[in-house]
Amino acid sequence: MSVAKLRIYRGDSNGGQEVEYEVPVEEGMVVLDAIHFVQANYDGDIAVRWNCKAAKCGSCSAEINGMPKLTCKTRLDTLPLDKPITVHPVKTFPIMKDLVTDVSWNYEVRKKIPPFKYAEDTDWKMQQVDVERSQEFRKCIECFLCQDVCHILRDHNEKNEFFGPRMMIKIAELEMHPLDIEDRKPMLREAAGIGYCNITKCCTDICPEGIHITDNAIIPLKERVADTYFDPLQWIITKIKGS
Amino acid sequence: MEKYETHTHDVIVIGAGGAGLRAAIEASAQGVSVGLVCKSLLGKAHTVMAEGGVAAALGNVDSKDDWKTHFHDTMHGGKMLNNWRMAQLHAQEAPERVKELEHWGALFDRTKDGNINQRAFGGHTWKRLAHVGDRTGLEMIRTLQDRGIHTGVDVYMECTITHLLKDGDRISGAFGYWRESGRFVLFNAKSIILATGGIGKSFKVTSNSWEYTGDGHALAYEAGADLIDMEFVQFHPTGMVWPPSVKGILVTEAVRGEGGILTNKDGERFMEKYDPERMELSTRDVVARSIYTEVQEGRGSPHGGAFLDISHRGAEYVKKKLPSMYHQFMEFAEIDITKEPMEVYPTTHYVMGGVRVDPETAQSTVNGLFACGEVAGGMHGANRLGGNSLSDLLVFGKRAGAGAAEYASKIKDNELKIDDREIEGAVKEMLEPYENPQGENPYTIHQALQETMGDYIGVFRTKEKLHEGIEEIDILKQRASQLKIEGSRMFNPGWHLCKDLKSMLIVSEAIARCAHQREESRGAHSRVDFPNYNDEKWGTVNSVISKDNGDMKLSTSPLPQMPEELKRIVEGGYK
Repeated sequence: MSVAKLRIYRGDSNGGQEVEYEVPVEEGMVVLDAIHFVQANYDGDIAVRWNCKAAKCGSCSAEINGMPKLTCKTRLDTLPLDKPITVHPVKTFPIMKDLVTDVSWNYEVRKKIPPFKYAEDTDWKMQQVDVERSQEFRKCIECFLCQDVCHILRDHNEKNEFFGPRMMIKIAELEMHPLDIEDRKPMLREAAGIGYCNITKCCTDICPEGIHITDNAIIPLKERVADTYFDPLQWIITKIKGS
Repeated sequence: MEKYETHTHDVIVIGAGGAGLRAAIEASAQGVSVGLVCKSLLGKAHTVMAEGGVAAALGNVDSKDDWKTHFHDTMHGGKMLNNWRMAQLHAQEAPERVKELEHWGALFDRTKDGNINQRAFGGHTWKRLAHVGDRTGLEMIRTLQDRGIHTGVDVYMECTITHLLKDGDRISGAFGYWRESGRFVLFNAKSIILATGGIGKSFKVTSNSWEYTGDGHALAYEAGADLIDMEFVQFHPTGMVWPPSVKGILVTEAVRGEGGILTNKDGERFMEKYDPERMELSTRDVVARSIYTEVQEGRGSPHGGAFLDISHRGAEYVKKKLPSMYHQFMEFAEIDITKEPMEVYPTTHYVMGGVRVDPETAQSTVNGLFACGEVAGGMHGANRLGGNSLSDLLVFGKRAGAGAAEYASKIKDNELKIDDREIEGAVKEMLEPYENPQGENPYTIHQALQETMGDYIGVFRTKEKLHEGIEEIDILKQRASQLKIEGSRMFNPGWHLCKDLKSMLIVSEAIARCAHQREESRGAHSRVDFPNYNDEKWGTVNSVISKDNGDMKLSTSPLPQMPEELKRIVEGGYK
């Protein structure tokens, strides 16, 4: 049986360092299995979040060999085992301990997004083709990997200016719900800061659910904002009718 | 003693899966102050793992469906051990609860005429499961999460409750710790709703997440509440088998609902032998035993399971209807299920047993303590039908929320007292592992418990094996009284496991003792030495576990009597 070397980041807000562990490799083993092996056999106090171990809950995000990934979905046999595998906490959110970070900001932002609202006379008939647009975004497992790789949040820490890709698809999901009548465009333009996104598509590339965050959510939302606020004809209509 | 923070609410809900969220939403709607405490981050609870659908007699696809048929199917699925009133309320109220989700933003798959689509599932007479591909649970938890955060519920994430507190015979609070800091926290409450889910982590091969350590069962037991039907643990027929790292992960029943076929290594469609009428869509207890038997008798697949094939439905259909399954097998097992069969084997999935509750209010036998969802017992009898858990948590989540709010509204602020000695005892117990340099590693004992449950208290049971299992659990209890832990109290999973282990041991003992007592086979409880139903003796009673002078007491109590008009529904054919 071959052996993998894991260098897991151990530390907290005061700092820390990588600690190396050796783990016997079983067929099909994922990085989270290796971390559990370390927990049970070497250091019981390694902090790691996980729930389903089946890529459905989005709890176990970390940066493996520098790449943001779900640890439950990253098989050891997809990584070069001739050198140590590094496992670090996601960079965009403040570390709590070891691989666990403080992601509470996401929950705070989420609360600001106005919920689904329907008209009084709704008959609740919807066609499959119409619900599928929103359903794509509702596949989101909230692993926050897209938030982690977003330059605006990761490199510039503009958390007060931009809600991030996860929240863009949350807004898109509501805006594209066939029966929703709420208008979130003012929020998109102002508080959510959609203008900050410069469409580098890193979020789309990283999404473990394969959601087309940029093409299907952010770009159409940008167009809606542009049509409402920057289309001269629309501007005149809005002025005449009042908004 | 070290300082701890205190929060005060009328109602505290423990657990934020579907049941806990639905309960919190309802309690809040009744105008009381609600705190929702959960072990994980919000939205990560086990409900996200539910795949196939939520059972409700909407009649959108099969217009003949109605609550009576759903009730009939549920009672037969539960082998008549269900609490009839719970099964009735469940069948009657599930459609409203599902439609309500739609009003809160849920987007179920549609029929051609624009209604909520429904699919076939084991034991259900008609196409009954509202669904979103194979990620129905995620859809439900997101919808409830959205509703919850916009209706004034205070959420306490990553906080584990370790002890319930009482003032006399009434619940008065809950005590626990923040996972991040390891510091203690007290919740004053007039009523408490347990919505902590199941117990699967007592078993080695399970579809359940780390959270499923039977906390609510243990908390209720310690607080003096009755547990019923604990011998009934559902082994889902289809868990993944290979590779070892994913052994036990759920393969949704929707695969069979969409036409999946089970075969053994000889290519024989073996369900023809065990249930020729319903075949792959027989109830879970039957299918699980069938696969187990095929493997035991030497007709298993290469990795010791059965083959489950859906490829005949065509790649496009499979990817559309079962997208998670497609990805799950592709990524974890390198199997393309649109082209080749899966290998599956039973996995510990769900506990039918749980806290004995009043069907109308979900109150337990302890004043002010309520329970809903998987932690509650009675609804599913000896075997749960697929899809009935998601509807259960909606129906009884709402009822528990209403019941707990009404109970709380009759109690004045500051009327209930917290006993400091109870808190001192809780703190002492929690800190013990730090004072045991000679103690054992909790992970070692957890692994031993999982082996024991698999070896002695699995799919097929015998008196001898169960007896040995009970003795093994006894030894593990002794070992678990001396645990050792390293590191600080900050986010320390080893320390967390110390208390979770105690809960698992209580639950495991309860399961083993009830299984030992029930000398018949019924639903998920299969005794090799008593292979048949014994309706006269065992078909009329629930097993009951309670705490008596510090010891686990085992007894039985008669099933509630079903009214004549419901008996007629159960006895009548409904196809």
